[in-house]
Formats: sequence, C-alpha cells, structure tokens
Amino acid sequence: MAHVKAGAATTVVTHHLTKDYGEARVVDNLELKLKAGEIFGLLGPNGAGKTTTILMLLGLIEPTAGSIEVLGLDPSRHPLTVKRRVGYLPDAVGFYDGMTGWENLSFTAQLNRLGNGDVRINELLDEVGLAEARDQKAGTYSRGMKQRLGIADALLKDPDILILDEPTTAIDPEGVAEILTMIRRLAEERGVTVLLSSHLLHQVQAVCDRVAIFVRGKVVAQGAPAELASRGGGPEEVEFNTSSTDDKVRSALGQAGFVKKLEPARIRGNYVARIDRGSTNKLVSALVNGGVQLDGIRRTSDDLDEVYRRYFHMDDQGRD
Amino acid sequence: MIRVVTEATAVRTNEGFGSGWRVVARKEFADHLLSGRFLVLTAVLAVAAAGAVFAASGGIRSVAVDATGVPALFLKLFTVTTDPVPFPLVVFIGFLAPLLGIMFGFDAISGERSQGTLPRLLAQPIHRDEVILGKFVGGLAVVALMLTALTVFVSGIGIFRLGLFPEPTEVVRLLVWLLVAIIYVGFWQALATLTSILVPRAATSAMIAVGFWLVLTLFGSFIFRAAASVLANPDDQVASIRAELLLSRLSPYTLYSETSTVLLDPTERATGLLTAQQVDRAIVSNLSLPQSLSVVWPQVVGLLALTAALFAVAYVAFMRQEVRA
Repeated sequence: MAHVKAGAATTVVTHHLTKDYGEARVVDNLELKLKAGEIFGLLGPNGAGKTTTILMLLGLIEPTAGSIEVLGLDPSRHPLTVKRRVGYLPDAVGFYDGMTGWENLSFTAQLNRLGNGDVRINELLDEVGLAEARDQKAGTYSRGMKQRLGIADALLKDPDILILDEPTTAIDPEGVAEILTMIRRLAEERGVTVLLSSHLLHQVQAVCDRVAIFVRGKVVAQGAPAELASRGGGPEEVEFNTSSTDDKVRSALGQAGFVKKLEPARIRGNYVARIDRGSTNKLVSALVNGGVQLDGIRRTSDDLDEVYRRYFHMDDQGRD
Repeated sequence: MIRVVTEATAVRTNEGFGSGWRVVARKEFADHLLSGRFLVLTAVLAVAAAGAVFAASGGIRSVAVDATGVPALFLKLFTVTTDPVPFPLVVFIGFLAPLLGIMFGFDAISGERSQGTLPRLLAQPIHRDEVILGKFVGGLAVVALMLTALTVFVSGIGIFRLGLFPEPTEVVRLLVWLLVAIIYVGFWQALATLTSILVPRAATSAMIAVGFWLVLTLFGSFIFRAAASVLANPDDQVASIRAELLLSRLSPYTLYSETSTVLLDPTERATGLLTAQQVDRAIVSNLSLPQSLSVVWPQVVGLLALTAALFAVAYVAFMRQEVRA
C-alpha cells in the first residue's frame, strides 16, 4: 500500500453493532475493524443490511445497540466532524438535474466550506474523466457518469475514509472495470481507507484487500479473498461444451463419484457440472474415456464465489 | 497542499449550528428564480395586479374629483376595485399568493428524495435541521422578493396614473402589510413543505396542498357558516355570527384578510361584529398606524403562530424521518 494518512491508524471499528426496525433485526452484532489504507468489501445480497450499516457509520441512523468508532469518534455524537472526514457515495447517487456537474460539486464544496473548492473541483473532474462534461447539466449524464461524478463528489473534501455504497450497480461491464480501477488507483495514490459495499461479488473481489460476507445482518466470513477461498474445499463448478448426445454424456459421468451435479446449461450442448475441488482433470478423462466429443471446458466459479454460495446456501437451510 | 486545507477546515469549524443552512438557502433561492414555475406564476400575478390596479385607479379617479379629503387615498389602489375586475389587489394576493408558497414547498423534500440527492446532502457536514430551514428560508426569500416587486410595481402604476404620491405613513402601512402577506405565504409554504415530507410523490403532495388552499380560501366561508350553525343557536343571530367569526379566524386566509383591511384603511376601526349601539354617535376619524396595528394585533400574532406551528410540525416530521423512506 502507498502512504497512509497520518492520524488515521484506526479508521472504522464497530462493536456489537445492532439495528432493529420493530421486530426485524437488520444488523446483528456486527464486528468490523478496518485497517488504515485498505480497501474493505462489505459483500452480501440485497437487504443484508449493508446500507443500514453504512448510514450508521455516517451517523445518519442511530444504532439500537453497540458502539461505532470512526476515526476515533462516535458518529452519533460528533456527526459533523465525522462527516467532514468521510466521503460517501450513496447507492444510486443522484444530482440536481438542473445544475451542471461542476455546479453540483461546487454546492458540495460550499457545504464543506472548502477554501480552494474551484481548484479541487477541476482537478477531480479531470481525475474521474468528466472534464469535458463539466458544464453539461447533470440531468443529461449517463448512469456511469453520475457514478463517477459521485466519486469526485465524495473525494472533494479530501476524506480519510471513502465509503462507496454499491459503486458498480447499473453500470455496463466496461464502466465497472473503469470505476474499480479508479477506486484502486485513488486508494493507492491518496492512502484513503475505502469501505465498499456490493452484492456483485465477482466485480469487486478483485480490488478488495479484505472482504466481509454479510448475510441477513450478520458477518458470516471475513478475511482476504484468497484466505476465505482456501477455507473452502467444497465443490467447484465447470462448464463444458460437447457435440455428443445427452445420453452419452450422462453415461460417461454416471459412475464418477466426484460429480455432484450435472445439468444442461442455457446454451445447447453446454453442461454445468459441480465437481469436487481439484477434480477437473478427472472430469476431462472420464468424458474422453466415455467417448464424449469434448469441445471446450472452462471453470465458471471462482473460489470466493463458492464461499459466497456456501454461505447463502447455509443461510437458506438455517431458515427452513 | 490539499492536506493543509482539510486540517484548516477541521480547525475552523466546531460542532454546532453552522452556516450550512445559508448555503442551502442560497441554492434554493437561485433554483427558484431560474425555474419555469416561478416565471409562470410571476406572469399570472403581474397580470392580476395590473388588472386590479387599473380598475382601482379608475375608481379612485372618479371619486377623487369631489373627495380630496379622503384619507389614505393612495392605499385605495390596493383595496378598491371597479366593475370588470371582481377583486381588489389585496384580495387577489390573498387568493393567489398561497400558490407561491405551495409551489416553492410541495417538492422540497420529496424532490430531494426522488432525485436521490438527499443521502448525499445529509452526508455533508451540516445538521439535518439546516436542510429544512435553508429550504424554507430560500423559498420564502423568493416570495418576499416577488411580493415586494409587486407592491412597487402597483405603486408605480398608481403614481403614474393618479399623479399621487404615498405619504410616509402610507409607506409604513404598506411595509407592515407586506410583512404580513409574507408571513401568510409562509404558512402555505410550511404546509406544502410538510406534505412534501409526508407524501413521497410530488404530484400527490401538490394536490393535497392545493386542496387545503381551495377549502380554506374559496369554500372557507361556507364551511365556517355551516359549522357555526351547528355550534350556535340559529335563533340567536349575534351568537351564531360570533361563532362563525371565531371559527373562521382559525383560517390564515381570514387572519390575512382582516389584517389587510385594517392596515390599509385607517378608517376601519374593528374587525369583528359591531352592534348599532356600539357605533351610535361614534365620531368618524382616522386611526393612527399604532392604533390600526393594535386592532389587528391578535390576527398578526395568530398568523405568525399558525405559520410557526406548521413549520415546527414539518421540522419534527423531517427530523424523525428515516434517511431512506
């Protein structure tokens, strides 16, 4: 990691953090500890309590129980100080449609009483690639442009912590890669601690130093992506393509104990197989020995995906 | 270098009520002034005012010939009318000005929600109260600007058409009346702000606020009369009129009308019911401004209280509301 901002050794710590809405427990005894300068991913399905957690970190929602420290401060007691040092990109960020991108940022700069707002706005618009569009009305921006403007908006106050809620939702794949690269670069150049939430595991795991998998208000696993995956050992998924008949494929794999599940994929001639970890080789030889014409094979689940699936699955069983 | 600025900001500002509301108010003010709805309503009000003032000045001309001693003749520009135009200017303003308040309030909060700007706004280092206060002040500043411009416009036409200049006391009366009119519009803006907090859809919020406006301004008198006839013995005329008056004074429209009548006409001595006995052998004389004010002081305070109470309700509703609703 690049340089880490001074005075930001501890960034975000939650302890027994709990939020109830009536009977429903949305966040349940959450324990988080963000290291300075890291990119931390809060991953989980929609409705897991990610946004609620983020709003509590900003002091915009009162926790039911537990404690929060953001840069050593309790956000519900010192909301202004915390909000001055934390940049926030909300889920589905919006701007004033009738104002230009530049004017929108200028409004934020005034609210933060930034002395050199104008200089920073131009600098940041440049950085997120919106210099050309600075004088266009925000209403004409595409979703991806708004997202980038939102990142510039969050960076305007030169924050110590950057909280990004679903930064990649509703953006085309190319835009996603662009935004994630940008987040990575910004984190490294500025030494900002980044907390990002997402329900799209694939997209964000690559940029995260550590992730917490968050399901129904609880963290079910926490650690570096690689570390989490190695805890696995469960089945993995491959997709192969063949021109042989269905009967032939099934008879070739009928006796193979390492195949947990075999089903046709959406594309004709493609199959998805769930097999024991590390038995791709065996699968291929079983198919070939069975006389199946194998045209192609690729792995469709990566390690963390498996972790994710396992926890969601576990959670479903828990509710049954 | 960037780092230094951040630290300076952190030191300069303490926790506590900041000036964030001024930033919000300034933005709202600019937004409203540039908005299409502002232009439309300015045009409507200008036409209404021009019509009313021409009718009034025509009427004044015809009486002024043999009535040089009429007190506060200039103020008649605002309070009298002649045939084709049904209402004098003060009544027009009583009817139409609430629309100004409603227009600047009906999507104050729901608009922020639907545009997705509210979470971002609240994540800035300002208190939540500053958002609603700034919005209210910004909107009301535009209202004040418009009403002031309207008054100046009407006075200008009056001076031009009648060759009549207002006396200093008349100017003061006008200024006090202007203040009351602004508070009156503030009531409607607070009402619309409240509906914008409680109702997520801007169109529904506007409909509700406009509904209140119709009921209280147009149909108010029927409703209050009907309610009074239920409450008071219909055979006792004085009692039933008193009951009607009491009820109608719960409406900001009544409070505004009574205040305007007394403020802009120094010969008006009372707002309520006067029996023949009470006015018997009364000497017709003009009230001084403090005297006029003391007649309508309860109405002014009542109007201010209604506006403040409604804003307080809106404020509390907003403070208690979830960021995501």
